Amino acid sequence: MKELCLIIVLAPLVGAVLAGLFGRSIGRAGAHWVTIIGVGISFLLSAHVFQQVVLNDVEPLNTNLYTWLDTGGISFHVGFLIDELTATMMVVVTFVSLMVHVYTIGYMHEDPGYQRFFSYISLFTFSMLMLVMANNFLQLFFGWEAVGLVSYLLIGFWYKKDTAIYANLKAFLVNRVGDFGFLLGIAAVLMVCGSLDYATVFQAAPGLVGKTVSIIDGHEWSLLTLICLLLFVGAMGKSAQVPLHVWLPDSMEGPTPISALIHAATMVTAGIFMVSRMSPLFELTETALSVVLIIGSITAFFMGLLGLVQNDIKRVVAYSTLSQLGYMTVALGASAYSAAMFHLMTHAFFKALLFLAAGSVIIGMHHEQDMRKMGGLRKHMPITWITSLIGSLALIGFPGFAGFFSKDAIIEAVKLSSTPGAQIGYYACLFGVFITALYSFRLYFMVFHGKGRMDHHTEEHLHESPAVVWVPLVALAIPSVVIGAIAIQPMLFGDYFGASIFITEAHAKGLHHMAEHFHGVLPFMLHGMMQPPFWFAMAGVATAWYLYMQAPHLPARIAAALRPLQRILEAKYGFDAFNEMFFAGGARGTGGLLWRFGDVRLIDGLLVNGSARLVGWFSQLLRGVQSGYLYHYAFAMIVGLLALLAVFVHKVIA
Amino acid sequence: MQLDLPILSICIWLPILGGLWVIFAGSKLGEGMVRVQALVISIAVFLISMLLYQDFDPTTAAMQFTERMTWIEAFKVEYHIGADGIALPLILLTTFTTILVIGAGWEVIEDRVNQYMGAFLILEGLMVGVFCALDALLFYVFWEAMLIPMFLIIGIWGGPKRVYATIKFFLYTFLGSVLMLVALLYLYRQTGSFDLAEMQAVALTATEQKYIFIAFLLAFAVKVPMWPVHTWLPDAHVEAPTGGSVVLAAIMLKMGGYGFIRFSLPITPDAAHALDSFMIALSLIAVVYIGFVALVQQDMKKLIAYSSISHMGFVTLGLFMMFQIYANTGNWQDAAMGIEGAMVQMVSHGFISGAMFLCVGVLYDRLHSRQINDYGGVVNYMPKFAAFMLLFSMANAGLPATSGFVGEFIVILSAYKASFWYAFLASTTLILGAAYTLWMYKRVVFGEVRNPKVATLTDINGREALILGTLAVMVLLFGIWPAPLLDMMHVSVEHLVEQVAQSKLSVARL
Repeated sequence: MKELCLIIVLAPLVGAVLAGLFGRSIGRAGAHWVTIIGVGISFLLSAHVFQQVVLNDVEPLNTNLYTWLDTGGISFHVGFLIDELTATMMVVVTFVSLMVHVYTIGYMHEDPGYQRFFSYISLFTFSMLMLVMANNFLQLFFGWEAVGLVSYLLIGFWYKKDTAIYANLKAFLVNRVGDFGFLLGIAAVLMVCGSLDYATVFQAAPGLVGKTVSIIDGHEWSLLTLICLLLFVGAMGKSAQVPLHVWLPDSMEGPTPISALIHAATMVTAGIFMVSRMSPLFELTETALSVVLIIGSITAFFMGLLGLVQNDIKRVVAYSTLSQLGYMTVALGASAYSAAMFHLMTHAFFKALLFLAAGSVIIGMHHEQDMRKMGGLRKHMPITWITSLIGSLALIGFPGFAGFFSKDAIIEAVKLSSTPGAQIGYYACLFGVFITALYSFRLYFMVFHGKGRMDHHTEEHLHESPAVVWVPLVALAIPSVVIGAIAIQPMLFGDYFGASIFITEAHAKGLHHMAEHFHGVLPFMLHGMMQPPFWFAMAGVATAWYLYMQAPHLPARIAAALRPLQRILEAKYGFDAFNEMFFAGGARGTGGLLWRFGDVRLIDGLLVNGSARLVGWFSQLLRGVQSGYLYHYAFAMIVGLLALLAVFVHKVIA
Repeated sequence: MQLDLPILSICIWLPILGGLWVIFAGSKLGEGMVRVQALVISIAVFLISMLLYQDFDPTTAAMQFTERMTWIEAFKVEYHIGADGIALPLILLTTFTTILVIGAGWEVIEDRVNQYMGAFLILEGLMVGVFCALDALLFYVFWEAMLIPMFLIIGIWGGPKRVYATIKFFLYTFLGSVLMLVALLYLYRQTGSFDLAEMQAVALTATEQKYIFIAFLLAFAVKVPMWPVHTWLPDAHVEAPTGGSVVLAAIMLKMGGYGFIRFSLPITPDAAHALDSFMIALSLIAVVYIGFVALVQQDMKKLIAYSSISHMGFVTLGLFMMFQIYANTGNWQDAAMGIEGAMVQMVSHGFISGAMFLCVGVLYDRLHSRQINDYGGVVNYMPKFAAFMLLFSMANAGLPATSGFVGEFIVILSAYKASFWYAFLASTTLILGAAYTLWMYKRVVFGEVRNPKVATLTDINGREALILGTLAVMVLLFGIWPAPLLDMMHVSVEHLVEQVAQSKLSVARL
């Protein structure tokens, strides 16, 4: 299986290198074929591995490929850990990636950077696979930063666009803030465990309970809490949790296929995956779990609200992604890792679908993204319309659709959780459901229903996108409907994850309780329909329908009536303005200050050139003394002699 | 195959003699031939130096390839050279970089080609000499002699303010070195010889050690350069021709770190111990303070120069944390980790800073400007160049899978063992390094073309692609598989740690 895994990661890399370095000679078709074949191989083999590990219960593989380096008596490796958690991620990543590859043929066919784009997305697939297949923190960090690099490249893919190159720098730097914490966390792990291999670290974890460290004198902190919080800072960057979420909406400046692949389905879920992977550490510290839960709640609720005031179709979906990532994080905080992973999987399918559908709309609209200029598209783009509807229903958690099962599981798990702050999490998630339904169907109604608000020219040319675009939509729509019903029983209540996720007995109570009351998919659905989340979702849909179909003049009046609130939402709570002023401006100001006063004035001006001037001044003085007149010298000699005499006399007397 | 050749001497004297030959035969040979011969010599030296790598025995800390003969009988000065796992990587870095530098000046330098090529070859020999001298006076001679070709390179082929820059460069480094000479003479009086091994073994009181340490510190800190004696570097870089900047950043800065390893730590271990907090503080100031300063630079070369200083902060941090790490963990192996991180950082910085200066050189050769504002949208006309520069910028920002990550990573990991706050401050480079490097990249390479001159740019030619490509391979190779580099130095670093761990105060004075 080791060889298989090697092929899985290397196939996309080979594709990326061929398309990237020899793009011109192999041509456009050559570039998309090599990368699609590469990712295709990866997907088929991943499916095989999935079947082996998850369905046939083959022993997880934990093996080292090579020694990266030895130092200080510690070996750092590159290697694979293939267990249920990894196998799930591998299938999700390669499947969505394959769909996005195919879709890109249609979406990017006019772009001069066609080959480059295929090279990047294949490189991304390689990096993401390295991340999820790692068996140690080092390689995790490798993959972590590598996906960040590709994200940087792809957000700035249209490098002439000012907003794009602003957004990619911002994304990279904000992620680096997260990595800053992550790296410190890794350093702490190495210090206390003496190794970066997951197996060793997880084995040592129970022994760390109760140990404390003192970072600021006089304050003792739990060691495990510190480690977990530092690691979680990394997850906050990558998975865009408040306050490190600011890069994700701007990342929509990149081409739509990567918004689907990287900024919705896969890369942004790396943080969720990482915390799940680290469950043997997080489980041992209530404080860290509580922080995770609260941060997740804030993200889930407040980022959803922002989706309500966006008019750019991609940005609505982007804020929805933020909010859904918040849901997953809440689940992590409630120790419901399996629910988080479950939602991660269903979300990957339906959110990739929503993004690609939005992309299809954007193609049809000749790269217009403003929803206020759309409307009535269902007549022109039937496949895009139906698949969007499926995606939206899955997102709001309509019974039977994939999102229903995973979201209900999260809300239920939070309700039953004993993590401090779970109450807040529960209400954030619950009200979040209403908001999700409202913004989703606001988008849906504004785009696909009502009268067309586009100009005449655009309307005449509206037609369904080509097959390379809609086939992936259909391929993603299928799991968006069925995957929830299929996977809920094994993933949540079965032994799906085996030993790959660790939950302490006390924290597992909620899930056990849910398992006891689970009597099959249909009863679960019927039960769900009598629960508040369902009614909140329906209320959201109804509100959207009323506001945007029945009384389209109302939203503007409500906005006017709630002007202050509207302003806050449009300013995105002021995060961007604050960061731009305080951090970006502050750093530049500090730099300028240190440079001009520290380096130029103090060191160079005073010390370096100052000593040069001092030497010059002293020489001037000496030159004055050497006058050349004999009586001056004679006078100096007499004075000197007298002085010596004085000292001598003084000494004798003393 | 064990050839009984004095390989180290060849690596020192072949380039020096070759350089003299190129200078004096230059007018007869013609410019074309001078370039070819200089390149052939530099490649020959590199291949010969690879014999060192091939024959090197990484299982012993003893000096290898040693050559020893009397030089000045009366003062017991010897021509004594050799290499261990600490010197070897730096020697190879020197011979490797020189080829690139000769190539980088190929068609760019049109004025006094023979002298230019000759100066770099001579410089190469002297630098190899610094890294393998085992006699303190021999070391000092190479150390000072090295300044002369560098002084000329900046002074003759440099930019408009080259006179100010050369004098500043010369005075700074020379003042530091003079104190080192005083310290060496004092040690000579104590040991009766200039043999480095004897100096490392001699017992010294705490006070003696402190004075010697500070004398060494001035010499080495200027070279590294450490804050606050760093201000000569940006000026020197800005005025130096591309090749000069590359050698300066890639190799000459490493001599400071090498000096700490070879002299300060083993000769004055107790002083190093006593002053380690001071050294760590200076290193962290370099990382953070200089990171901020780099952010606001408008001149690309200045920015990279400041970035060098910040990155070299990791070297000195890695070297001087060992006592505190040992105090915390009680394990000298952990202390060795910091030193190895520092070594890796030096080698990797050689590749990356060299590559960054070459990239700026490529742009400067075309537009004759180093100002960031004069560029923008370069990728539209130079896509290949943009790809290379992206790789090196990412390496400069410490991206994993590039060599730039390895040293920083190891140093941060071991810094945590000394103190959370050291690791915290050192890790700010993750953000600052990315900020200044990628912000510059964005303003230079991305965006619409604003300056019409940018539209006249032509992409890199075969020669430039070969040079940058070679560096790209090295940067990636040592990022993906740094083990061979570290395996070379393990035993020597362990030996160093043993030496330093042994306090000199307890040994009775004979």
